[in-house]
Amino acid sequence: MVDTALKRGRNAVVLSLHIPEPEGRPGDPADFSKIKLPEPGEVRRPPIEVEPAEIRDLAFTLIRVLDREGRAVGPWDPRLPAETLRQGLRHMVLTRAYDDRMYRAQRQGKTSFYMKCTGEEAVAIAAAQALEFDDMCFPTYRQQGLLVARGYALVDMMHQVYSNARDPLKGRQLPIMYSSRQFGFFSISGNLGTQYGQAVGWAMASAYKGDSRIAAAWIGEGATAEGDFHNALTFASVYRAPVILNIVNNQYAISAFHGIAGGQRSTFASRGIGYGLPALRVDGNDYLAVYAATAWAAERARSNLGATVIELYTYRAEGHSTSDDPSRYRPQEERERWPLGDPINRLKQHLIAIGAWSEAQHKALEAECAEAVRAALKEAESVGTLGQSRPSAKEMFEDVYKEMPWHLRRQRQEAGV
Amino acid sequence: MPKKTYLQAINEAVRSEMKRDPRVIVIGEDVAGGQGGSGEPGGVGSVFGQMKGIYGEFGPERVIDTPISESAIIGAAAGAALTGLRPVAELMFVDFVGVCFDQIYNQAAKFRYMFGGHATTPMVIRTAAGAGFRGAAQHSQTLHPLFTMVPGLKVVMPANPYDAKGLLIEAIRDDDPVIFVESKFLYGMEGEVPDESYRVPFGEANVLREGEDLTIVAFGAMVPRALQVANALAKEGVDCEVIDPRTTSPLDQQTILESVERTGRLVVVDESPPRCSLAADVASIVAEQGFRLLRAPIRKVTCPHTPVPFAPQLEDAYMPSPARIEEAVRATVGFN
Repeated sequence: MVDTALKRGRNAVVLSLHIPEPEGRPGDPADFSKIKLPEPGEVRRPPIEVEPAEIRDLAFTLIRVLDREGRAVGPWDPRLPAETLRQGLRHMVLTRAYDDRMYRAQRQGKTSFYMKCTGEEAVAIAAAQALEFDDMCFPTYRQQGLLVARGYALVDMMHQVYSNARDPLKGRQLPIMYSSRQFGFFSISGNLGTQYGQAVGWAMASAYKGDSRIAAAWIGEGATAEGDFHNALTFASVYRAPVILNIVNNQYAISAFHGIAGGQRSTFASRGIGYGLPALRVDGNDYLAVYAATAWAAERARSNLGATVIELYTYRAEGHSTSDDPSRYRPQEERERWPLGDPINRLKQHLIAIGAWSEAQHKALEAECAEAVRAALKEAESVGTLGQSRPSAKEMFEDVYKEMPWHLRRQRQEAGV
Repeated sequence: MPKKTYLQAINEAVRSEMKRDPRVIVIGEDVAGGQGGSGEPGGVGSVFGQMKGIYGEFGPERVIDTPISESAIIGAAAGAALTGLRPVAELMFVDFVGVCFDQIYNQAAKFRYMFGGHATTPMVIRTAAGAGFRGAAQHSQTLHPLFTMVPGLKVVMPANPYDAKGLLIEAIRDDDPVIFVESKFLYGMEGEVPDESYRVPFGEANVLREGEDLTIVAFGAMVPRALQVANALAKEGVDCEVIDPRTTSPLDQQTILESVERTGRLVVVDESPPRCSLAADVASIVAEQGFRLLRAPIRKVTCPHTPVPFAPQLEDAYMPSPARIEEAVRATVGFN
C-alpha cells in the first residue's frame, strides 16, 4: 500500500506515521534534561485585567516562587502569613498519611481500589486555600486534598472507601470517588473530562444568577485529549465563565507518558491560547506558586474577566492506582530525580528558612497526622470494611428517581428487600 | 484440544488475524502498555490484558496506543476502515460509549447506506462489559441492547472461549462494523480452543443443552448461569434446553422458535435492565411469532431498572443469579 503513492508519482517522500516515544523506559536512567526551567521569581506577574493575547508567553514558561534555599522570590510570592503556610503543610502531611494508610488497607484486602496523590498534594491543597469555601470544585482523581483542606472528616472518606453502612454515597460509587454537596466537592467520573463542561456550566449559572461564587475544575493531562475538554474551553471563552480550568500534568495517564496526549508538541497550558483564554504554566510542586496562580485566576473570575487555564506541572510519584506497577513502564529512579522536588519538603524548607518551623515541629506534625488517621480508621473499621458491613440492599432502588416509580417498587419487592 | 481462557482466546484471534492480514491494526487507549509494561513483548496490553504481547509482536505502527479520546479512536478507526484497513478498535469499558456513540450509530453504522452502497467500513469495536467485578455504575453496564437496535451494526456476545476466538475472527473478516462485547465476568473462563484459525458464523445460535420441558435463552455472562441451573434441575427431572444466540444482531430467531415449538415454555436471561432489553426483544419475537406454541407466559430474568451499585452485596443482588433463574424456570414449568 505504501508503494502506491510512489507509483502515482504524487509524493516524492513516502508518508510515514509518527508514533511518540517516551524519553525513558524501565531500566533506562531517568532523563529530565529536556525540561527547561526558568529561575524562581523570573516570570512576570501581569495585572488581572491583562489581555490574554499579551501573556501568551506565560503558557510556555513556568511560574516558580520557591528557590533552592527555600526562599520565596519574585512577583508571584503570595506573601502569606506563616499560620496559613503551616495550615497548608498540615493539610498536605495529613493527606499523605491518609493516602499511605488507605493504600495499605487496600493491600490488606479491606477495600478493592485506592488512588494516592503522593507528590501532587500542593495542587489541590494550595488551591483549596486560595479559593473560598463555597466556591465549587470539580475534581479529577487526585484532588482528595480539597476535602482534607476544607475539613471534611477523614472517617467519612474512609466510610466511602469501605462502602460500608455509613458510606455517605450509600454503596453506589467506586472507592475514592467521593462527593460532598456541603463541601463543594462535585464527584469523580469514570468517563474522563466530563467535569470540565459541568464546571463551566456551573460557573455560567453562577454568573447568570448574579451570585459571587466561582467554580474550579481539574483534569489530567491525558484527558485533555477528550472532546469535553475542548468543548468546555469554547464555552468558558465565549461566555467568560467565572471558572478556573486546571490541567494537572503529572506526566502519566496510567502507563501512557505525556507525549501520548500531545505533551511533546506543545505545553498543555498552551491549549488555552487558541480559545483566547489566559493560560499560566505553574510549578505544581511549589505550594506558593500554586496558591498565587489560583488567587490570580480567582480574582479575574470574581471581577467578571472570565476563565483562566492553569497547567500544574508535577510528577505522579506513585502508581496510577492500586492496579498498576509503575516499575513496568517507567525508569525507577524518576521519582527521586524529578527536578521540582517534593511539595511537602519544599514548603517545610521554606517555613524553616523563614524561622516559622523546625524539624522537631515537623516530626511532631507527622506523628499527630498519623494518629489522626489511625483514630479515624479505627472508627471506620468498627463500622466495617468493604463487604463486611453493608448498605441495605434497599439502597439499590432508592434515588434512581426523585419519587420511586411503581415498577421499581415492584422490583424491590421481588428482590425481597 | 488445548485449554485456554476466554481472555487468551480473544488475544489469539487478534494475533492470528494480524499475522494473516497486514490490513488488520489495533487502536485504543493503553493497548500497548496497559497495566504494567509500556510495550515490552511480555507487557500487559489493555487494562485486562486482552492485547498482551501484541505490541511486542507487531510494533507501534500496527498497535496504536492513543490519547484518551474515545471519539477520536472510533472516528479514526472508521476513517481508516474506509481506506481498506481493518481496525480492531478498543473501547476500554462499554460505559465509555457515551463519549463516542455518534461516531458509531450516526457515522460508521450508516456509511454504507448513506454513501449509496459505495463505502465499506470493516471495523471491529472490542469492548468490556458487564457487572460483577466491583466497578460501580460507570464501569459495569451492559449496553448491547443499545447497539442491537442500530441498523448497520452487528453485535456479538461470546459466552465461552471457543466462541470468543471464532466470533472475533469472523468479526475481523466481516465487511460491516461489528461491536464485539466481551464479558468481564468471563475473562478467566477456561475451555477448549483450537490453536488453528476458525470462524464461528454470525446469526447461528449455540444449543448447549437439549431439553423437552422448557427453553432458556441466555446472553453472554448469563449463559454459564443458565446452564448451571439447567444441569441442576435435570437431576429433578426438569429437562431444559439452553440456547446461546451468540450474536444479538443478527439474531437466530429460528432456533429459538423451533425450540419453543417443542418445549412450549420460555425463560430469557439477560444482564440488562428489563425494559427494551434482549430479554424483552426475544419475548416479543416469540409472543408475536409463536403465540400458539406457548403453554405458559414467557418469563424474563433481568437486572432491576437501576444503575449498577458498587457495594458487593448490592451488586450481587443486582445481577440475575442462578437462584432467580431457577425460580423463573420452576414457576414457568409449574404454570397451568
